[in-house]
Amino acid sequence: MNDTKAKSPGAVQTTGHAWDGDIQEFNNPLPNWWLWAFYATVLFALIYWVLYPAWPVGGTFTKGVMNHITFVDSDGKEMTTHWNTRALLLKDLQDGKEARLSREYMAKVAAASYSDILGDAEMMAFSRSVAKGLFGDNCAPCHGSGGQGVIGLFPNLADDAWLWGGSIEDIQNTISQGHLGFMPAFRETFDDQQLDDLASYVLGLSGNKVDETASARGKILFQTDAGGCYYCHTKAGTGLKSQGAADLTDQIWTLADVNGAADLETRKERVEKVISSGVQRQMPRWSGRLSPTQIKLLTVYVHELGGGQ
Amino acid sequence: MTDAATQSLYQARIPIYPRSVKGRFRNLKWGILALAYGVYFLLPWLRWERTVGPDQAVLFDIAARKFYLFGLVVHAQDLFWLAGFLVIAALLLFFVTGIAGRVFCGYFCFQTLWTDLYLLIERLVQGDRVARIRLDHAPWTVNKLLRKVATHALWLLAAFWTGLTFALYWDNAPHLLGEWFIGRAPFAAYATTLFLTATTYVMAGLAREQVCTYMCPYARFQSVMFDADTRIVAYDVARGESSQGRHKVTRDLKTQAQRRERGVGDCIDCGYCVQVCPTGIDIRNGLQVQCISCALCIDACDTIMKSLGWGKSLVRYTSEKQAAGEISRIWKPKTLAYGLVLLAATAALGWSVSHQTPLEMSVVQLRQPLFVRLSDGRIQNSYELHLENKTDKPLALAIMMRGLAGAELDLGRLAALELPPQRGLRVMARVRWRSNSDVKGSRGFYFDVVPQRHHGVGMLSAPATFYNPGQEDG
Repeated sequence: MNDTKAKSPGAVQTTGHAWDGDIQEFNNPLPNWWLWAFYATVLFALIYWVLYPAWPVGGTFTKGVMNHITFVDSDGKEMTTHWNTRALLLKDLQDGKEARLSREYMAKVAAASYSDILGDAEMMAFSRSVAKGLFGDNCAPCHGSGGQGVIGLFPNLADDAWLWGGSIEDIQNTISQGHLGFMPAFRETFDDQQLDDLASYVLGLSGNKVDETASARGKILFQTDAGGCYYCHTKAGTGLKSQGAADLTDQIWTLADVNGAADLETRKERVEKVISSGVQRQMPRWSGRLSPTQIKLLTVYVHELGGGQ
Repeated sequence: MTDAATQSLYQARIPIYPRSVKGRFRNLKWGILALAYGVYFLLPWLRWERTVGPDQAVLFDIAARKFYLFGLVVHAQDLFWLAGFLVIAALLLFFVTGIAGRVFCGYFCFQTLWTDLYLLIERLVQGDRVARIRLDHAPWTVNKLLRKVATHALWLLAAFWTGLTFALYWDNAPHLLGEWFIGRAPFAAYATTLFLTATTYVMAGLAREQVCTYMCPYARFQSVMFDADTRIVAYDVARGESSQGRHKVTRDLKTQAQRRERGVGDCIDCGYCVQVCPTGIDIRNGLQVQCISCALCIDACDTIMKSLGWGKSLVRYTSEKQAAGEISRIWKPKTLAYGLVLLAATAALGWSVSHQTPLEMSVVQLRQPLFVRLSDGRIQNSYELHLENKTDKPLALAIMMRGLAGAELDLGRLAALELPPQRGLRVMARVRWRSNSDVKGSRGFYFDVVPQRHHGVGMLSAPATFYNPGQEDG
């Protein structure tokens, strides 16, 4: 493998120098294959320096030759730059095989009607995988990554209660136009007794066992102009989609954490707090920020989360 | 100077110029080579009619996660077959090595096959052993340069076609070949081709027997499977050496009778067996680690013995016991055990492949949120069902559930599902249930998938759990 062939058999090659008359140094050269591999790496480096960005020169650096990459930047402008991994990635995200296939399928979904999408398992799977990312980027900060919301702050999208309507049209409208959810604060209108009566009545609507007489007093406040609650929540308490008013007869509580309270007193306390402080919350408008196709995919996604209407 | 200092740690390669030989083992080896090359180089070009999927008989489609092997389509879920195949290959190697020694090395190993091809090229361009030695020692002339360049060019061409053929297994062969030469093939195709070109050229052209002697792990551990009954290529010492050793044919040592009388063996020390050896050893020195059992020395010696009329088999396949005059047994506890395990593994893989499930389903429960309370007080859990149709027919499926009394299954508008052939789909399912008890915790149930048109595909069930938070939790 190497050429340390001793001049005479049994002798080891020396460097040829002799110090103090008799001190010699063995010469053990590297094996040739190792040396050649080393020279090959040197040659590789030299070629690399010419072809790729390599050396810092003052405030800039050598860009390499014959290595231009053309891609479209985020403003839609066509850019040509020297070789770099970032541009390479951007180009791949735009022109790569997967990017092309994804674009083609996106166009198919964009052209399809909602009922076509909902009835097609493949388009549904595509919508889910794309919209999951969109939802995570845009909606999850408030509604949670699975659309579960936060009680008292942001509505749960995975259940079957829809403040502003659960049909495809309603959901698309909600996402693109946004909503202002508003309920006046009643702390100046009602005294403590009245708040207690009203809370009893409201809790009774969804099957809680409450004090009958208090509930009867609350009912009067609710269903007459004394309280005026029925303007938005209707006399039956089932809510009004156009106002985003909650259905009080169901088991879902988005503001007062009734289901999480152990006893009636705590439940009443929590409902009273909502009545006295009112509600003011906002869902931003997404048209203009998201493309119509993105809103379409999100609509399908949110519709599927809770089973839609 | 000490002994250690006088010993070089490196063994410079002594050039080996194997001489060509004719004979039954050489013919057998040419036959195996022709068969192996026929399969390897032509298989990617073989077309295969499929209802769905590519028309290539053997195609490993990594991007689509499907391996096409003639009529069989191996899906990603079946990849454990690969482990089974490797187990069988290893067991077969152990089994054969225990009985017949290094049969794989001598006849089937690609190092041996490609070295044979390279030696053939070398011989056609530069001539046989003597001509090659002479050429190597001759000063550089145009003739020598041309012959050397031609040899290496042909080697590189063979290496290149080997590498390119390997790449063809992973994509549509005719299409990839075209793309390759106009510079539009994927990077992986170029990297694979060039890497295998380089390794083939280096291993078969330059490194040769050093691969077997220094690099190959199998060559290192195969000896543990050897015993006194294993078939080995060996020299008949008693006959070849007799009492006075081997001797060249001289005037008074011409006939077998003359030699017997003088106590001289049958070996005429012609050196043919050494010259044909691709690893450059002398088989008369006994079993050596370099020996790959290629049996070319048997062919060489038989040629000589036949021409002398002294009877073949001076160098022959035998075993240590047989050579010592004892009875050699093939079926012993060791070989029987290897054989049984091999049979069991082959049967298990065969059963698994022939019983490939035509339809697969896996269920993943969505955990965020784990459950949702609905307006009527029921609890809803959501699941993602992954269905994979492995048949080449579309399947109409009905998805149902069982084991949770009174529960409602909601699949949106996908209750009747059309699953395209050789395709997978993910479907979201919601299950709503009012727990009859206040017991908090998980309850098991099953998702059932029922094919609506029967194509020999039966109902499939997959277990799932329903989480019930209880009344107090919200």
